[in-house]
Amino acid sequence: MNFIDNPRKLRGFEKNLKVEKISRRSILKGLGVTGGFVLAAPVMTRRAFAYETGAGKMPHGVVVDPRVFVAVAPDGTVTILAHRAEMGTGVRTSLPLIVAEEMEADWSKVKVQQAHGDEGKFGNQDTDGSRSTRHYLIPMRQIGASARTMLEQAAAKRWGVPATEVKAVNHEVVHSASGRKLGFGELAADAAKESVPSIEGLKLKDPKDFRYLGKGQVSIVDLHDITTGKAGYGADVRLPGMKYAVIARPPVTGGKLVSFDPAEAMKISGVEKVMQVRGWPWPSKFQPLGGVAVIARNTGAAIKGRDALKLVWDDGANGKYDSVAYRKELEEASRKPGLVVRQEGDADAALKAADKVVIGEYYLPHLAHVSMEPPVAVADVKGDKAEIWAPVQSPGGTREDVAKTLGIPEGNVTVNVTLLGGGFGRKSKCDFALEAALLSKELGTPVKVQWTREDDLHHDFLHTVSVERIEAGLDKDGKVIAWRHRSVAPTIASTFAAGAKHAASFELGMGLVDMPFEIANISCENPEAAAFTRIGWFRSVSNIPRAFAVQSMVGEIANATGRDQKETLLALIGTPRIVKPAVKDMWNYGEPYDSYPIDTARLRKVVELVAEKGEWGRQVPKGHGLGIAVHRSFVSYIATIVEVAVDDKGKLTVPRVDTAIDCGTYVNPERIASQIEGAAIMGLSLAKYGAVTFKDGKVEQKNFDDFQVIRMDESPVVTNVYIVPPGPDTPPSGVGEPGVPPFAPALMNAIFAATGKRIRALPIGKQLEA
Amino acid sequence: MIKVKINGQEQSWDGDPDLPLLWFLRDEAGLTGTKFGCGQALCGACTVIIDKEAVRSCITSINDVAGREVTTIEGLHPDGDHPVQKAWREVNVPQCGFCQAGQIMQAAALLMENPKPSHDQIREAMSGNICRCGCYQRIENAVHLASTGV
Repeated sequence: MNFIDNPRKLRGFEKNLKVEKISRRSILKGLGVTGGFVLAAPVMTRRAFAYETGAGKMPHGVVVDPRVFVAVAPDGTVTILAHRAEMGTGVRTSLPLIVAEEMEADWSKVKVQQAHGDEGKFGNQDTDGSRSTRHYLIPMRQIGASARTMLEQAAAKRWGVPATEVKAVNHEVVHSASGRKLGFGELAADAAKESVPSIEGLKLKDPKDFRYLGKGQVSIVDLHDITTGKAGYGADVRLPGMKYAVIARPPVTGGKLVSFDPAEAMKISGVEKVMQVRGWPWPSKFQPLGGVAVIARNTGAAIKGRDALKLVWDDGANGKYDSVAYRKELEEASRKPGLVVRQEGDADAALKAADKVVIGEYYLPHLAHVSMEPPVAVADVKGDKAEIWAPVQSPGGTREDVAKTLGIPEGNVTVNVTLLGGGFGRKSKCDFALEAALLSKELGTPVKVQWTREDDLHHDFLHTVSVERIEAGLDKDGKVIAWRHRSVAPTIASTFAAGAKHAASFELGMGLVDMPFEIANISCENPEAAAFTRIGWFRSVSNIPRAFAVQSMVGEIANATGRDQKETLLALIGTPRIVKPAVKDMWNYGEPYDSYPIDTARLRKVVELVAEKGEWGRQVPKGHGLGIAVHRSFVSYIATIVEVAVDDKGKLTVPRVDTAIDCGTYVNPERIASQIEGAAIMGLSLAKYGAVTFKDGKVEQKNFDDFQVIRMDESPVVTNVYIVPPGPDTPPSGVGEPGVPPFAPALMNAIFAATGKRIRALPIGKQLEA
Repeated sequence: MIKVKINGQEQSWDGDPDLPLLWFLRDEAGLTGTKFGCGQALCGACTVIIDKEAVRSCITSINDVAGREVTTIEGLHPDGDHPVQKAWREVNVPQCGFCQAGQIMQAAALLMENPKPSHDQIREAMSGNICRCGCYQRIENAVHLASTGV
């Protein structure tokens, strides 16, 4: 714990830290961490907690050290570092709140400070994969408990009483026998001299004594600033002497600049310079695409200057990428056998023997993230030192990539993390920060690189495009006896390695090989698919197409057998059980399977809960329909019921959405509700409008007029969220992403109920108007 | 020289008269509360109030507002306690928060014109403002709350 007058000094405090060599070595060994500078890491014993998480296996693992995360000033102000990025999930509030809870700090006296990118110091900072709460609930509690213990020990020494007689309560330490009290601020200096207690010996609070956790009464720390325009996003950083830049990038992924003429651009008032930006060949992870930058005194001038540039590009090998043709390729691939990635029983034979085979071929196009804040970054590079200000989900990764790109030591790079105006996976890729770093190095001044919305759509790391084909074989009683699922889609691995054509393990584990239905004969296949643009993570990733296909197929089976959707779904899920992983080393979101197994009792529970609360089976007006879907992703269980209304012109509205989520032990139910409400909007956006399409290798959409998202007038009228109360030792699981996958299939099942039309290709577009 | 009153303070500009007001506000005047989202008046993130009307500053040139009165999120209320701002906090509207300044300015303009908007009027008036996080249910509730007294 740092006890200092000015918490802003925290950043330079590492010099004062002492690393206990012996314990560090043993702890590192225990966690299997091979590198980094972990100061002290959690040993999550079975005795203390009934579960383990995959946190320690993330790059740079976990750091549990109050001296790194907590500072108490003599006036009692407690400063807690938020080391994860805030993109709207509330994590910048939730994680410090956990520390404050366990520390017995009064939240009104807590200041949250954003940590810069330094995984050696803070542990893993990749804010993605819906991991923050599930990986940090325990470590943050341990940090808080350590700080509390140090304060209690300091007070006990001051009073000359055994530490067991004192207790921290609401920002002070109390000796009840004598009635004496000392505030945290008064104890700060003494507590700093206490040694950090061992993690194993820490006494954590009884959850029944929680003041903040699980209550949902604390608003996000940035709420006031957001409503007054003071909240600082990436685009809001202003440095003395800073220039403003926009970049013209190759319109086709992998294309190159042939020539450019800056003359007209230089005539624009406010434009100061036109210069080439280095690009890397595709694929090269997150390296910039290159192009021509216009440098100006403000962004408006830079944009106007860019419009005046004369540019000649060589489109390269991807110049023929055409979404209409590619869809046909994917469909054809899905109709032929492909790489078998899961096999149980004999699906071929069972399909042949089936009384009836239901076939569904589901198409989902590319999607763009379009966070409201387009990519933006500020860089100030001087000599061999670089400082970055950017809305990045991966501050540690950004630091590494900036260092590599500039050829300077990582220790010379500071990455300041601003608020993110939305992320959804786009801002896990730091190409925009690398562009700013390259430009600042050449200019010798600070520079802000602003992406326009058109840039954002044209140069995103897109959600993949996919065909999912499912064949379900039914016996004469309507029981599903065979299931063949072929999943064809360009892989995210293609962004890291040229020529990758099969899904990565983590993609297979998102709704394909982990599909939990109790069916005797299952075959999952993954035919080849080549990529022709940058593919990346989009909120909930491969779960979107997989849940869409699987849960739509449940609706199709219900229709084929004349049974209720929900009953069909429960019958397919089968008996309450722990599913044995169907493949070796099945991707489980990085979590140990015994802590986070596929538990069909929990899957059934969210279906039953949403059916009860959402009044499944209720009478709905003519033209309305109800649809249901469930999906496990990011080790959480989520079921959604959508009520849709389709009028005689085919216009679709959504009067009501009900969602039940089981995300285990949770911190802030109010933010869980906001994530699920938002997931319904994102699900409706992708279902109704979501499509990025290519012609001649170029993205056809430009802005929010042709890449539409849901607006208020078409958003669900009511979205209800029900959270399953956790068991005493239920590990926390994901919230940010898992709300998205079940929405679209629930909507499709609802549309079928309302109209008898089965939509298998997204977006819906005008399909209901026919 | 173009003169414009922003949040009660006179500002002047002798550069490109076609410069969108958005970039004047953000890059020249340092008022970064107004956000850039699309540049085409499609998302509403850049909404400001000009003479009691909600305007998209990304397609409004600085020349167009010469001699007029511009209010940005920074100038909506000296302490940030405009009824709309208070309602936004009461309802815990924001997720990432990036679009919220534009949403708040749009809502404030709506309530100036129509102090008691109906459900449908709120949904219609607010539909030019996109929230990618999907806070619409709460935005609607907050506008309603602001109109009925926080």
